[in-house]
Amino acid sequence: MSDAIQTLTMPKWGLSMKEGKVTGWLVDEGATVESGAELVDIETEKISSAAEAPAGGVLRRRVAAQGDVLPVSGLLGIIADPSVPDADIDAFVADFQANFAPPEDDDEDAGPATETIEIDGANVRYLVKGEGDGVPIILIHGFGGDLNNWLFNHDALAEARIVYALDLPGHGGSAKAVADGSVAALAGAVRKFMDALGIEQANLVGHSLGGAVALALALGHAGRAASLTLICSAGLGTEINSEYIQGFIGATRRKEIKPWLEQLFADPSLVSRQLVDDILKFKRLDGVEDALRTIADGFLADGTQSAVLADRLGDAGVPVLVVWGAEDRIIPVAHAQGLPGGVTVEIVAGSGHMVQMEAAGTVNGLIEGFLNR
Amino acid sequence: MARTITYQQAINEALDQEMTRDPSVIVMGEDVVGGQGAEGEMDAWGGVLGITKGLYEKHPNQIMDTPITESAFIGAAVGAATQGLRPVAELMFCDFLGVCFDQMYNQAAKFRYMFGGKAETPLVVRTMIGAGFRAAAQHSQSLYSVFTHVPGLKCVVPSSPYDVKGLLIASIRDNDPIIFFEHKMLYTMEGDVPEEPYVIPLGEAAITREGGDVTIVTLGRMVHLAGAAAVALAKEGIECEIVDLRTTSPLDEDTILESVENTGRVVVVDEANPRCSIATDISALIAQEAFGALKAPIRMVTAPHSPVPFSDALEDLYIPSAEQIAAAARDVAGYGE
Repeated sequence: MSDAIQTLTMPKWGLSMKEGKVTGWLVDEGATVESGAELVDIETEKISSAAEAPAGGVLRRRVAAQGDVLPVSGLLGIIADPSVPDADIDAFVADFQANFAPPEDDDEDAGPATETIEIDGANVRYLVKGEGDGVPIILIHGFGGDLNNWLFNHDALAEARIVYALDLPGHGGSAKAVADGSVAALAGAVRKFMDALGIEQANLVGHSLGGAVALALALGHAGRAASLTLICSAGLGTEINSEYIQGFIGATRRKEIKPWLEQLFADPSLVSRQLVDDILKFKRLDGVEDALRTIADGFLADGTQSAVLADRLGDAGVPVLVVWGAEDRIIPVAHAQGLPGGVTVEIVAGSGHMVQMEAAGTVNGLIEGFLNR
Repeated sequence: MARTITYQQAINEALDQEMTRDPSVIVMGEDVVGGQGAEGEMDAWGGVLGITKGLYEKHPNQIMDTPITESAFIGAAVGAATQGLRPVAELMFCDFLGVCFDQMYNQAAKFRYMFGGKAETPLVVRTMIGAGFRAAAQHSQSLYSVFTHVPGLKCVVPSSPYDVKGLLIASIRDNDPIIFFEHKMLYTMEGDVPEEPYVIPLGEAAITREGGDVTIVTLGRMVHLAGAAAVALAKEGIECEIVDLRTTSPLDEDTILESVENTGRVVVVDEANPRCSIATDISALIAQEAFGALKAPIRMVTAPHSPVPFSDALEDLYIPSAEQIAAAARDVAGYGE
């Protein structure tokens, strides 16, 4: 019977997540849902997002109620075909709950941990998930971010292939030296990362500055990119919220940085105290402020973007998907318009600059569809 | 990259990294090189509890033992700080600060002010606080309020391995005299600490737990007892917000008041004696600045007005407990309901 009955369980977003709180259902019992649809809002100590339908069908049971706190893998709901009798579903739920044991609180078994590789004498931190023979994905975060920016995307994309997420030089757990900090230098660092791990070719997925890095890599090193997914990407126009960049670099305290971080999301309530603390922990490391200033100087001049590659998109010779949050307050969504023919453009309503977090299910679906085209 | 180390290792790492970064950073104090149990310099004990162990081998020209004469070596450290060095003096137990009170509150604290802003005194005095170590009345006090009272001194009271490293590095790089109060019962506490040096700005409180019902303002080891109380209270439906002061001078008044404006109910928890203390200071601040937000009287949970007892049983009763904190929070949460 279990083939016909699909469980919706508490997802695990990141290594440290142990439990999540149900903050509200988005779908009524009895509704027909598609695979990947957002069904229920979940809040963790780090960030809020929605759990997605693992399969299409009818949401037959909302097992967890609003306000409930469930361990990772706990039962949120049941999706099944309308033909499955209620009694079977009740029996399934009873059986699941009777046998459910939360995952051991053991970091060794908590999934893959980040790894570090030394390239040219400098550490690069990365996280790899998934398996398969296909062309892997490399996820490249934006300015001031790190591999955790892909928290809601990494697992979903890794169901069909190997997916790497790395910390760019100057960011996350990677070394803080950034050479001249230019987009070209960052692209060179990603290429060396590919060389070091024996990745001949990859589908490059870049967010914000990471998009410009992916594009520069594709243009500068023919054959290394199989495709480009550019999310709220830098490098596609001159306008940028340079006040945000300078404000982010200069802020040293919680109160100073929170208003800037709120600009990243259409829904500013997503900026939790834990998110702010995590970013401050990064920004307070010796060398980070210098690295960020150097990198900012590498792609900004007089408050505008200095490395615009939009008219060279066609030269990359690979399929390009451009995704943008309609309410992006960092880089204007207008940069998604007027791109060369053949570029697929998707605008996601109700999301800001961190669209891959704010509308993770949608973005995951767009990337999946693009790669399987 | 973060990894798990102890509070004690985090202090050692901060000293090591700052001595490496800046040769003008020196460490001095009783037995900080040698000390009891050491067979020679390379087996140096590193202070009464081994906090500075290993620093002599790495930085032999930046660390020195001093005689058991607090008035002399703290005075020397104050003088050295005015002449271009950045001394980190270890004054074993804060209970002994009385021996060198003049050097701290009448000299170091006054130079910048009395020389028209031209003098800087980049001095850190590291010292141990706290009861629970079975060390009796003269080695167990928490005297941060005495020095918080004095303008010109900064007072730091770190509660975790992450905080102790970032706050010590911030203190060493700061150009004013700082007393750095380490709780001896936290030395073995483990936590995630980045390997790289980092700075936590002085004067920013941390919110270690969010909640909308009761604000618990606390510091040092009491942050963890408040945390245990908050976990118990959450099961009863009372959500506590914990404000860890981190520094008592400068004091992050904004974070305290913002939390109180949100909850309207406050418990102040302080391991020190209750009179003229951080607890009374915070209570007065809230009464003066956020009276309109209060829905219940402010409650203080502190040690009694008594020396720290040597009897184990009495010392355990002396230290504020998670149960006492929970009871106080329960009281204010239910007040007027």
